[in-house]
Amino acid sequence: MTTAAIDTTILAILAPFAAAAAAPIATKLLKHNAAWLLALVPALIFFHFAGFVAAVSEGQTFVISREWAPSYGINLSFYVDGLSTLFALLISGIGTFIILYAGGYLKGHPQQGRFFSFLFLFMGAMMGLVTGNNLITLFIFWELTSITSFLLIGFDHLRAASRRAALQALVVTGGGGLALLAGFILIIGVTKEIEMSVLLQNPDIIKDSGWYLPIFLLVLGGAFTKSAQFPFHFWLPNAMEAPTPVSAFLHSATMVKAGVYLLMRMHPLLGDTALWTTVLPLFGGATLIIGTLLAVRQTDLKLMLAYTTMASLGLLVMLVGTSTEKALEGAVLYLLAHSLFKGALFMVAGTVDHEAGTRDITRLGGLKGAMPVTFTAACLASLSMCGMFPFIGFIAKEVLYEGTLEAGSGAALITATAVLGNALMLVIAAAVALKPFLGAKVETPKHAHEGPVLLFAGPVALSVTGLVAALLAHSTGTLFVGPMLASITGHAAETELHLVPAHVAAPLFLSLGTFALGFVFYVQLTRMRALMTSVLTAIGWGPDKGFDQFVAGLVSLSNGVTRFVQGGKMQTYMTLTFIATAFAVLLPRYVAGGWPEVPAMPQYTFYEWGILFIAAIGLVAVLIAKTRLTAIVSLGIQGFAVALIFMLFGAPDLSFTQFMVETLSVVILALVMTRLNLNPRDHRPFGAAVISAVIAAGVGIGMGLTLMAVTQQPFDTRLSDFFANFSRTIAHGRNIVNVIIVDFRGFDTLGEISVVVLTGLCVLALIRVRTRPEDRLTPKAGTEARNKKLEAR
Amino acid sequence: MRTIIFRTVAPYLAALMVLFSIFVLLRGHNEPGGGFIGGLIAASALAIYGIACGVAPVRRAIVFHPMSISAFGLFLSALAGLPSLLLHQSYMTSQWVSFPFFDVEVDLSTPMMFDIGVYLVVVGAIASIALALEERESD
Amino acid sequence: METGLSVLIGLFFAVSVYLMLSRQLVRILLGIAILGNAVNLLIFTSGRLTRAVPPLIPEESYHLLTEAANPLPQALVLTAIVISFSFFAFLLVLAFRAYQELGTDDANEMRVAEPVDEPAPPQGY
Repeated sequence: MTTAAIDTTILAILAPFAAAAAAPIATKLLKHNAAWLLALVPALIFFHFAGFVAAVSEGQTFVISREWAPSYGINLSFYVDGLSTLFALLISGIGTFIILYAGGYLKGHPQQGRFFSFLFLFMGAMMGLVTGNNLITLFIFWELTSITSFLLIGFDHLRAASRRAALQALVVTGGGGLALLAGFILIIGVTKEIEMSVLLQNPDIIKDSGWYLPIFLLVLGGAFTKSAQFPFHFWLPNAMEAPTPVSAFLHSATMVKAGVYLLMRMHPLLGDTALWTTVLPLFGGATLIIGTLLAVRQTDLKLMLAYTTMASLGLLVMLVGTSTEKALEGAVLYLLAHSLFKGALFMVAGTVDHEAGTRDITRLGGLKGAMPVTFTAACLASLSMCGMFPFIGFIAKEVLYEGTLEAGSGAALITATAVLGNALMLVIAAAVALKPFLGAKVETPKHAHEGPVLLFAGPVALSVTGLVAALLAHSTGTLFVGPMLASITGHAAETELHLVPAHVAAPLFLSLGTFALGFVFYVQLTRMRALMTSVLTAIGWGPDKGFDQFVAGLVSLSNGVTRFVQGGKMQTYMTLTFIATAFAVLLPRYVAGGWPEVPAMPQYTFYEWGILFIAAIGLVAVLIAKTRLTAIVSLGIQGFAVALIFMLFGAPDLSFTQFMVETLSVVILALVMTRLNLNPRDHRPFGAAVISAVIAAGVGIGMGLTLMAVTQQPFDTRLSDFFANFSRTIAHGRNIVNVIIVDFRGFDTLGEISVVVLTGLCVLALIRVRTRPEDRLTPKAGTEARNKKLEAR
Repeated sequence: MRTIIFRTVAPYLAALMVLFSIFVLLRGHNEPGGGFIGGLIAASALAIYGIACGVAPVRRAIVFHPMSISAFGLFLSALAGLPSLLLHQSYMTSQWVSFPFFDVEVDLSTPMMFDIGVYLVVVGAIASIALALEERESD
Repeated sequence: METGLSVLIGLFFAVSVYLMLSRQLVRILLGIAILGNAVNLLIFTSGRLTRAVPPLIPEESYHLLTEAANPLPQALVLTAIVISFSFFAFLLVLAFRAYQELGTDDANEMRVAEPVDEPAPPQGY
């Protein structure tokens, strides 16, 4: 690859964001046919990354970096190796067909443009996630996938079920993302490295650091929530509220694999420890079995597929957890196979739903004649899912059994789990592909016929790819599986793939056993479904219900806290504020010492004493004023006294201003006070008055002492000297105060006069805006008015 | 408040005060004074005129709405920072032009333009508040 | 020099806080007006006091000749006076309008924003 081509990688990764901006306009102009145009974007990205395949398969890696926030060491840096290349190809390749599919599926939907936009946003986030090299960049894209997933699941936002599912997915995956962030920050703190490519060169850096356990747990928190591992699985089936293109793209082929991607990416750093090989297979295996059992219970096509997706993710985590090379190879193959067949099957389910009007499996049948192309795609995809010869699923299953058999101590258990899980998935695959199409024709809500090319292009392309990848097994192995495996294990790996097993060995017998078991289950499907339903009814509670309780609890808790903290009494707020103020000025002095020295009696002239005394008199008079006139006059007295103090100590400008302001204050106070009543009595019971007085005294004494202590320190005059020295020489003004205001600190003043203008406007608005008498809120009526408003909403 | 003496004197008093306020504004750079003080003096002049003779004559006298005056002042002040940009200096660097006018050396400067802006802001905003409150008084 | 003013400023703060702890809007407003003066004096005093020599450069000189008052806190306080006045005016009008609309000047009775028996927020999604 040329350097120029490598440099355009950033553009390729970020291109979906541009497409997201363009999508609504394109859709407005071209209606659903915009899909053809828009699908070019992911297609181009696909070809760009296809250009990397040759170099990457020779073991090369690429780091592409641009500065983003260099002061924090955060760069927009991307890492292209075997792992990210295959993921990027899957995302862009499947993405191309998803865009086409969305064009057909949401044809005529008023918000189709927005839908495309969200899909592209997600695609960009996902591309950034799988190529992200800088840990913080990676995290940002990670959370961006959660957010875009929220938007997509909640696309049909008028239904409460959609909103709930969207929120649930956001809370679970976003929460896991926060755990991941904590993990990343720990990694950065412990290793002083922020780039994944650098970390991967010292694979033992975390294991040796002593912080392995917390980092492991936090990273796992992110991976398990994103990849829907038990007990965080419940959001995934609920996410099926989203339109089918979303389910096919996010919740089977790409986003849910982000957790698996993360585990694979971190495998050289965190993997192959006793903890890793215990925890991961345990949760993965549990997810596999629980997922398949829950899938069996469903009759909704999408939900059946959703639970098998969860099961497949469990299988992947289990395989990654065994950490042997063969098992990891199996994981890579299965991931590839799964993305292809599950994406196709979801689209098939969506097409059936779209054309027949239902996706309840008990109400579907005999669609083979009406939808031959879709049926063919469904068959190809589900054969791959069953692990039949000659599909990629078959090769994956052979390799993964080989891997589980050599998994070490738990090999037997892991293998048994894999066989059981696969057998159950086989049942679902058969049911999804066969039940709606074969058998007697069942009357469906809509008259079913083959969908347009936009709808069947995707399923056909993906399922055929599953077949071709298997037929060209050798190339698949050297070009894709081998390089990706090398990234996961951290060293070069030789991968020899054969479509026909080289020798008859245990994995082949296990495959045959899986088929046999699957056949038995398929015959007993109805009975198993009834059994599962009764078991689940008996249990009654699940994490899904738990989420509702959690949200309800959270709402009540925040309500309680808000009520407690904001009781609604102004006086309480003020009291707390000033208690805090008093402590803020007194406590540090008490703790750290630093009381001012006992001052000498100040040497004032008699008129200076007089003015200070007048100010004090004015203050006390305001305090005890019984009528409004007394209060206004007393306020004026203390104000004019302040003006005189300014005059005495060399501030004629201030003095002048203060005089004017006091005059105007008295005038407007008089204007308002003629209407506003000053209650002659201060409604304070004696106790409350004493408390107020204590707080007030605390603040006053604290301020006074602080000021005394401050003024007893030596004074640093540098800043003042600067202004004094340069006022005339630079700014041509002899009144230093004015020069500071209009020149040295002019920008400050500009802000201040803006404030003055704003208050002027506010006052004008307050006076001009009148409510009609019937709309007026009395304090008592306030509650009712508010309730009425809430109801109206 | 509206005695005959007050009503008669107020217009002249107000005019004098406005004149004085402009004097205070202009000398502000070298002697005590400046836009803030000048603005307050002018605003009180308008307030006094309003109390004595009613708000309507004041509004007629100043032609524009006080908030428009205030906004224009803010505009002027912000504008005063711009000339320096033409000379590739940072925003609000002061610029001075000096030329003889008959026998007197006249200094024109962006700080002065800025100070005039401050003056107008203060006059407008404060007068607007005072006049609005006085209007309430009469209805 | 600063000691006497420090005590006076303490008194300013104490009086204003006591007034602001009242329930009546008018008293709270008076407290706010005094608080403005208190803070202005505080800034002024912490820049140290000099008697009666304003920071003006004489006509014939380019620098201050004698020891003059500190110009910096003066510049800060000057704008602060005008701003605190315009805010005082705003609060005054606000209180007046609230009194007109709600018919009370007791801050504790003004419960439009935080009603006494507010219903719990809606559960669900």
